[in-house]
Amino acid sequence: MTDILQILRDYGLLLLVGQYPNGPLGGLAITFAMAVLGILLAFPLGVLLALGRISPFALFSWPSTVIVYVARGVPLIMLIFWMYYFLPVATGRPVSGFSTMVATLVVYQASYIAEIVRAGIEGLPKGQMEAGRSLGLSYLQTMRKVILPQALYNMVPTLLSQFISTIKETSLGYVIGVNELTFAANQINTTLLTKPFQVFAILAAVYFALCFSLTLITHQLERTVTARRASAPTRGVPQVQPAVVIASE
Amino acid sequence: MGRLDFSTILRGDHLASLGSSVLTMLELTALTWLLAMVVGIVLALVRMSPSTLMQRAVAVYVEYHQNVPMLVQIFLWYFGISTFLPQEWQQWLNHHGSEFFFAFISVGLAMGAYVSEALRSGIRSIPSSQHEAARALGLTFLQSYRLVVLPQALRIALPALISHTVLLFKNTSLAMTIGVAELTYITREIENESFRTVEIYMVATVIYLAISLTIMALGSRIERRTSLAGR
Repeated sequence: MTDILQILRDYGLLLLVGQYPNGPLGGLAITFAMAVLGILLAFPLGVLLALGRISPFALFSWPSTVIVYVARGVPLIMLIFWMYYFLPVATGRPVSGFSTMVATLVVYQASYIAEIVRAGIEGLPKGQMEAGRSLGLSYLQTMRKVILPQALYNMVPTLLSQFISTIKETSLGYVIGVNELTFAANQINTTLLTKPFQVFAILAAVYFALCFSLTLITHQLERTVTARRASAPTRGVPQVQPAVVIASE
Repeated sequence: MGRLDFSTILRGDHLASLGSSVLTMLELTALTWLLAMVVGIVLALVRMSPSTLMQRAVAVYVEYHQNVPMLVQIFLWYFGISTFLPQEWQQWLNHHGSEFFFAFISVGLAMGAYVSEALRSGIRSIPSSQHEAARALGLTFLQSYRLVVLPQALRIALPALISHTVLLFKNTSLAMTIGVAELTYITREIENESFRTVEIYMVATVIYLAISLTIMALGSRIERRTSLAGR
């Protein structure tokens, strides 16, 4: 226990912000930055991929289906190595580990978000689209003004849990030397050499504190969304349902 | 970037190590999956026990494993917890591939948490009146679970179990970070030796994709086979 406190005293700042302000920002700050950027950019791409997936045109549905299946069927670490090799070739200049990692997370998470959004859209009654169309809205207008607002609202908790996944996935930045939290812990471990358990236990505890707090918020949001749904007037769902739902809780 | 040339990597030593890396990966996947299933089932059962203390303990186990990155869990086991094992065990493990063992332990225990959650939500989605009705008909507690509740709960848990299986398979690639000679590790090695980066990544990607898609296809086949009429 005293070891852990000692390590925190000596290296706590390195874990939080890396060498900053005497060097580049790193540690937890970079982990968080990558996760936030990753999920913010992945979200719009994910919605586009989802719209592509359900599109009646093969021109849109095929490429999005391929992207989604490839990104979900291949380990993240493999995608990171692809990006690591491919981005400098494609852009013609060196790309930082940070950008490589964010780009990979965007593609990877967008594919997962796409499937969540698709399920959200397909979970709505068909009558929603039909009603929108018969009121004179175009397909895209109905999507934007009727379908997506409902589907996305239901998905808020799921999206937050994708953010938690993203935070955990940033730890893989370690393999291409991004100066994030796991990388910082490995540096400390190499410096100390004799306290591997203490160092990695601290590392696990930091991730746990961050991700578990977000998990608690997710559960709270889930309850809010469910409550809102239950109190809202029926949306084409027969009223018999609630009895069963209550019994299963 | 010149023409694609697979001839150098799909021949001789490279092909041999590629083949054995795929075997290592499949072996790691199969063993880890078994461990995850056993852990998941035990945890799900314990969570149904009346003891609040036991339920709390399982909840802590699950939250820890779901909220800490898999890579960090692997490091904690491989670099950290391994140092607490008795000296003879450590030596024995070092002679028998401790990397493989700790990858198996860490990924298996972590995925067990996910499996138990999938099973639990399956069980929770079956109304308790089902269990009560079964008991009222004269079935014992265990019979009621085995014959009435679990057959329905497992069907509900199936999609989650399939996606966790794919996740587990993909997570075995993290074992490369501690030096297990599985597909990703060997891919990097062949890349360094042959400089055929695109080709070897393509080969590895196709192998990963083929296995992931096979798991998904098998999963949906089982889903269809076991689906009940009217549900």
